[in-house]
Amino acid sequence: MTVDARGATAVAIADKVRAGTWLARDVVEHYLERIARLDGALGCYLLVDAEGARRRADAVDAARKAGRDPGALAGVPLGIKDIFCTRGVETTCASAILRGFKPPYESTATARLAAAGGVMLGKLNMDEFAMGSSNENSSVKPVRNPWSTEHVPGGSSGGSAAAVAASLCAGSIGTDTGGSIRQPAALCGVVGVKPTYGLVSRYGVIAFASSLDHPGPFGRTVEDAAALLEAMAGPDPLDATSIPQPVGAYREAARAGRAGATPLAGVRLGVPDEYFQPGMDSEVEAAVRAALDELARAGATLVKVSLPNTKYAIATYYLICTAEASSNLARYDGVKYGHRAAGVSSLEELYTKTRGEGFGREPKRRIMLGAYVLRAGYYEAYYGKALRARRKLADDFSAAFTKCDAIITPTSPVPAFKFGERMGDPLQMYLADVLTVAPNLAGIPAVSQPCGFTKSGLPIGLQTIGPALGEQICFRVASAYEARTDWHTRRPPESNAS
Amino acid sequence: MTDYEVVIGLEVHVQLATRSKIFSWSSAAFGAEPNTATDPVCLGLPGALPVLNRAVVDAAEDGQRARGSKIRQRCRFARKHYFYPDLPKGFQISQFDEPICDGGTVHFRLRGEPRAVRLVRIHLEEDAGKNIHADAGKSLVDLNRAGVPLCEIVSEPEVRSADEAAEYVRAIRTLVRYLGIGDGNMEEGSLRCDANVSLRPRGTTTLGTKTEIKNMNSFKNVRDAIEHEVKRQAAVLDGGGRIVQETRLWDPGRGVTQAMRSKEQAHDYRYFPEPDLPPVVVSDAALAALRAGLPELPEDRFARYTGPLGLSQQDAGVLVAEREIAAYFDAVVAAGAPAKRAANWVINDVLARVGDARGLGAADLPVPPAALAELCRLVDDDTLSGKLAKDVFARMWSERRSAADIVAAEGLAQVSDGGELEDICRRVVAEHPTEASRFKDSPKLMGFFVGQVMKATGGKANPKTINEILRRLLA
Amino acid sequence: MSRITADEVRELALLARLRLSDDEVARMTGDLGAILEYVDALRALDTSDIEPMTHAVPFDCPARADETAPSLPLDDALANAPRRDGDFFQVPRIVPGPGGGQGGQGGQGGSTGGAEDGS
Repeated sequence: MTVDARGATAVAIADKVRAGTWLARDVVEHYLERIARLDGALGCYLLVDAEGARRRADAVDAARKAGRDPGALAGVPLGIKDIFCTRGVETTCASAILRGFKPPYESTATARLAAAGGVMLGKLNMDEFAMGSSNENSSVKPVRNPWSTEHVPGGSSGGSAAAVAASLCAGSIGTDTGGSIRQPAALCGVVGVKPTYGLVSRYGVIAFASSLDHPGPFGRTVEDAAALLEAMAGPDPLDATSIPQPVGAYREAARAGRAGATPLAGVRLGVPDEYFQPGMDSEVEAAVRAALDELARAGATLVKVSLPNTKYAIATYYLICTAEASSNLARYDGVKYGHRAAGVSSLEELYTKTRGEGFGREPKRRIMLGAYVLRAGYYEAYYGKALRARRKLADDFSAAFTKCDAIITPTSPVPAFKFGERMGDPLQMYLADVLTVAPNLAGIPAVSQPCGFTKSGLPIGLQTIGPALGEQICFRVASAYEARTDWHTRRPPESNAS
Repeated sequence: MTDYEVVIGLEVHVQLATRSKIFSWSSAAFGAEPNTATDPVCLGLPGALPVLNRAVVDAAEDGQRARGSKIRQRCRFARKHYFYPDLPKGFQISQFDEPICDGGTVHFRLRGEPRAVRLVRIHLEEDAGKNIHADAGKSLVDLNRAGVPLCEIVSEPEVRSADEAAEYVRAIRTLVRYLGIGDGNMEEGSLRCDANVSLRPRGTTTLGTKTEIKNMNSFKNVRDAIEHEVKRQAAVLDGGGRIVQETRLWDPGRGVTQAMRSKEQAHDYRYFPEPDLPPVVVSDAALAALRAGLPELPEDRFARYTGPLGLSQQDAGVLVAEREIAAYFDAVVAAGAPAKRAANWVINDVLARVGDARGLGAADLPVPPAALAELCRLVDDDTLSGKLAKDVFARMWSERRSAADIVAAEGLAQVSDGGELEDICRRVVAEHPTEASRFKDSPKLMGFFVGQVMKATGGKANPKTINEILRRLLA
Repeated sequence: MSRITADEVRELALLARLRLSDDEVARMTGDLGAILEYVDALRALDTSDIEPMTHAVPFDCPARADETAPSLPLDDALANAPRRDGDFFQVPRIVPGPGGGQGGQGGQGGSTGGAEDGS
């Protein structure tokens, strides 16, 4: 039986598969067919594991038929950013230096999604080593924004956002180091969640910047994202930075946001001027301000808050993330896995040629900058300074959260830009992250959701930031907004994708 | 020729004998087949993360407290970056500006004189794998050892001779084995030593340029390498030259140190705090619990043996060399044997038979401490002659029988009964009239008569008693 | 005046073991210079009264019990090796010498960690 799951949320699919109304296998075939037909034009997938997906779906169906619990995400077809190690399935971080690498182990996040019945369709395209804001840095091919294929989907989790937007999977996961889930979610008109640091285990997530990397979910709806997060999150003895507390009731928080006429009564929402800077796209600003009005109508009180050190966030971020990246990428040396340069006659040549050939421009740039700022003599002036600035930024949020329960901002100051527009100037590209990096530095949760479209049909994103372990308030607020709007029901034109 | 003062600082790496590695679950045991003791973490696979092994911190803290170091309540790990095939991540997780311990002192003896060398710091880190230099053109990498826990002990530059350096390293080895935190085996690499050596004219205080000496894998090599380096530096300085600050490798075959052929590039390790491991905090309660469990340390034992127990320095030195020997000796004394006699038996007889001294800790020893104490008692109360006691001990060891058993069964009890012996002595004297008459002129013939009595008694006569009797009879 | 010179870029490239073409060196010099100039703005922030924030988690390092678990089978450990040689990873010959490189790891077979050379 063919299933038309095109409009279906992940939650709805799981309900139907658990009830036996749909077979997981049929749902998977629906998505595999769409990918085969439509992904050629978009470039979301680096690898489609059709056989594996069918096998996994069959196992879900068998479990249900045998009377066993097939899991909260039973049969939900998922795309996995190619940064998560998937045992026996090639994992490359969209880099030439990891081409052919098949991990002998599985990441905790993907293991948990599979244990919950999720069905991996394949590995999603991304900016190489998660470095980028446009998915133009993939060594394989770019990802195109399903709303307009001349425009970028955002990055680094461009494939993860675009695949959900184009219904090439029912949900996906990515990582957010400086905005790499939220910014592409905003540019592609889907929900993206950067959880509290440590809520989702980083074991098996190929590291870019260890203290800033956050694995997290994408979904069509807030509740979908909440359901994925519930399945992935929780303490992990394999990750020493994993939060020991049990997982919260995120789906419930999302449902609470839909209840009643004023579900946000009593909720104070902070609005920081620093996030509404001149130079911001006027349509983006208008959409976000309209969203604020909507939130007020849902019962929330809007409060002015100040995040005075916001202007230092990008500098702080790029000093810390490049230092950690230069360190994390030192292991790619042609000895144990991945690319190895041919015709080398010395150890030094093995290293320099392998790495010179294997890394793209952006990773090289960040490795160099990172090596520079960690040099003896420069450490205090750059890296040491950035670590202190980081605490100031975190303190800004703590102070703001004494006056409000959550903070509302635009996710990206501009909608999707065109291919090539920012590639000439790395600094310009870095500045695209200006509204997203601070929560990474502070380790606090943030959600992006669609809140409108530009006149030319490009999505606009709204960001809700919460205090540490404040996922519930973020989901409640985002869900309340979603319930009163229909941005999340819009689909990109399929003609773009064929 | 200038009179130089030798200034030596030592860095000793101790492999901690934990079951699993410092940051992952693979076995840390020595000797596995190549690349069979690895996991994603110690292989440096993308996405793998370190998790700290509690036993490593405990072991390090035991060592630290034993040396009087100040344990930091909070310490951090740091990444130390360099590229080498046996370092899979391209960095080593070590400690930089917040090591687990500051200060401390190592006590030892140099030619009988007590010495104390202060420590700068002690820190934890992971070991690297092994590179094997195969045939021309290639090297092979075995990552089994990558991730084995190391404790690095850094001394102040207070060591003043090659001999002292060797004794210092030996003292660390003894301590490590006493505490049971490592094997301290230089040949196997579970104890490694690098030395920083410099000279300065005696009487000055400015430090000279130092060289770092590596590849000394035995106490003898430590001594020889440093001795050679001191001579080399003295020759250079005497000839008006300058010492180049460099790393030199000891070549035991040729008996020289050689500068490593390396680029002048300074090593910039680009240390920064390890982001995958939050700071390590030791609670007050944990500290108190650890404090309670230390065994008596070698130097304290030495003082007790040479002081109250009156043993010679040499004997005490042998007994404290391994914890198991000292523990065995203490048990023999506790079971009632006099210290000096017990020491003699342990050093001359027990150690010769046991092979590896650590075997003395076994539960099923052929001669447990109480049994040896009983043997000592039988000699003390004249039941057994000293000479026969040696034979009895041999049989105790091979047959696992008690001394009392053997003596009774074989009728080996020394005969001290004056009456019985008197009869035997009279008979012997009567049987040898020629020698008896010659005795006045040749007192050495006493040995002959004693021998005859011993033969007649099967060696069981108490020599003191028969000497008295014979003297009286032959007078 | 760029914040960084082409020579410094070449030095850094060696430190990071990256072979860069002359073009890449030139471009990198410009890019890094611009970025360094941008991050210099951080100087204006007074951080004298605040501690560095190295981790975004408020808790201390957890520690696990000292128990072993099965290691990767040999073939899994070597499965991705670009050059496998028997039971080992193969690399070009490391500098011959009584001990090899530096890094504090002495012991059997010249297995010391090295830092700078390898030719």
